[in-house]
Amino acid sequence: MEILIYGVINSLSLTLMALGFTLVYGISRVPNFAHGALYVFAGFLTWIILNKLGIPYPIAILLALVLSAALGALVSEVVLVRIRGMEMSEVIATYALGVAILEGFRWAGFKGMTYTLPPFIKGSVQIWGVPVDYQRILVVLLGIAVLAALWLFTRLTRMGLALRGIAQDERAAMMLGINSDRAATIAMGIGCALAGLAAVILLPLGNIVIEAGYNVLIFAIAVCVVGGLGSWGGAVIASFVIGFAQILTVAYIRPQFQMVVALLAILVTLIVRPSGFFGRQKELEERV
Amino acid sequence: MTEEGRRKERIDRGIKVRTSGLYAISGWPELTYLIFPRFILIAGMLSLPFVFGMAPYWRRVVCIVCIYAMLSVAFDFLANFVGLINLGSSFFIGLGGYLTAVLNVNLGLPPILSIPIATFLGAIISTLLLLPCLPLRGIYFAIVTLMFPLFFERVIQAFNILGGTNGIVGLDGLSNAWWESYTAIIMTLIVLFGLRRLVNEDVGLVLRGVKDNDQAVRASGISVTFCKALAVFIASAIGCFAGAFLSHLYMWAGLSLFALDFSIMPIAATVIGGGGTLVGALIGSFILVPLSELLRSFGTLRVVFYSLVLTAFIVFKSEGIMVYAQRKYHQFERWVKV
Repeated sequence: MEILIYGVINSLSLTLMALGFTLVYGISRVPNFAHGALYVFAGFLTWIILNKLGIPYPIAILLALVLSAALGALVSEVVLVRIRGMEMSEVIATYALGVAILEGFRWAGFKGMTYTLPPFIKGSVQIWGVPVDYQRILVVLLGIAVLAALWLFTRLTRMGLALRGIAQDERAAMMLGINSDRAATIAMGIGCALAGLAAVILLPLGNIVIEAGYNVLIFAIAVCVVGGLGSWGGAVIASFVIGFAQILTVAYIRPQFQMVVALLAILVTLIVRPSGFFGRQKELEERV
Repeated sequence: MTEEGRRKERIDRGIKVRTSGLYAISGWPELTYLIFPRFILIAGMLSLPFVFGMAPYWRRVVCIVCIYAMLSVAFDFLANFVGLINLGSSFFIGLGGYLTAVLNVNLGLPPILSIPIATFLGAIISTLLLLPCLPLRGIYFAIVTLMFPLFFERVIQAFNILGGTNGIVGLDGLSNAWWESYTAIIMTLIVLFGLRRLVNEDVGLVLRGVKDNDQAVRASGISVTFCKALAVFIASAIGCFAGAFLSHLYMWAGLSLFALDFSIMPIAATVIGGGGTLVGALIGSFILVPLSELLRSFGTLRVVFYSLVLTAFIVFKSEGIMVYAQRKYHQFERWVKV
């Protein structure tokens, strides 16, 4: 029972971490290697706004999300638009920016275990005899809510439909008057806001540490690769597979193996089936 | 960039055309034109230990620069001549370092044996490990190579093998400082000029074919995977040698061999120096590494610094220093009316 409950929680946290990454890649084909950095950025930003400026928690979270979305859009406008389509440059530029953000925080003194965000609701509850704190339940609920909101956004709003159009066929979408660069910027903004959202939901469960940036990036890549890059349904299923695999290894082997599981998942998937569970796109093109 | 009514025209210098064939040996100007840049590089590198003879710290830095230079040249070779973006050069460093540590400490081999054995063993191991991933292209390969050093770091931590988080201590040092710096410098020069020769041979032509159009290579009846494996073998041998040398230099092999520095610095050096020239990668690391040594007192701010420089270069000046310099050396420019 415990494995089931914590597996679901862990899986949905992975989904939250990965959603932004898969959204950006799905729409603009930019592998955002700064994703983990944005996660930590939003976490520290919330902490700063909350503790240094003394602004109430909900407003602090909102501000942090808006700021990380703005940062993402800025990066897209200033850097990524200029190197659209050059994969190598995109990888290197986003990775370098991510490293710059993370190491910048480390330099500014944000290290150690002292930075924590308060949980939204304190306390815990017993579910079938397993103690689960409210924040973890919130993770599940908000995870489902975010998924639903994204689903509705991409199907019911004009902007969402435009983004999906770009994702499916960029040229056709451009002919219909959708600005591809603007779509990429919007996607990056939303992706970074999602990274920030994952941060403010998940970080109250632990400490804000720099290393989380690298870990989140690995988890996000793991989920996306296993599920097929750019495929959302695949990402959700993959996060359940990896999430449960992690919980099982923690329960039966040793907790240090959590990261090894994610890395192994990436390696095995890329070797056996590089397009992942649901990657329809270009399996032939990625292989020789 | 272009102003109204005129544009820049670039024309090869006469001497460049003259020196491209047999006529290169027709007279001193031509010979000088060809040899001068190479001579400057070789003589400059060989004289470095004398220049810093009085400053042991900086002589150590010269060795480190050479290690990074080898890595950068290998990265440039893989990225711009074979089309494999390797985001995890530190994997080669770590592999070479740990292998030589095991050979030296546990089996008692002297450095003169353990370094070459670690080089070849490491190259074989990394080629075998990367073999299943070789059909991957573009960012998929980049992701795999990014994962490898992280994976090994976690495995060593999780299983607590090979000295765990403490690393392996007590490696033999190299006999003296002159030995150290000249091994590093001469190996760097061999790597640089060897690879330059290689990419202009037939093999190099095929490798460039793999980068530009692998279907065409396959259609010609050449195994693409074999070519890639060969390139990875060469690059990882270079990387493993650098790693083995490094751990003997520090007399220590630990988890920091898998550190981010070894992965991102070669990329930055290549981008800044100019990709696809091989020399550019070397020059890039000769600029960046001493700079980051100078900035050492700023702690991790230097990582921030060179990440930002890297991003700026890739966005605004993606050709790099060396390509620019080569253009100026070989061509002259003039404004013409359009």
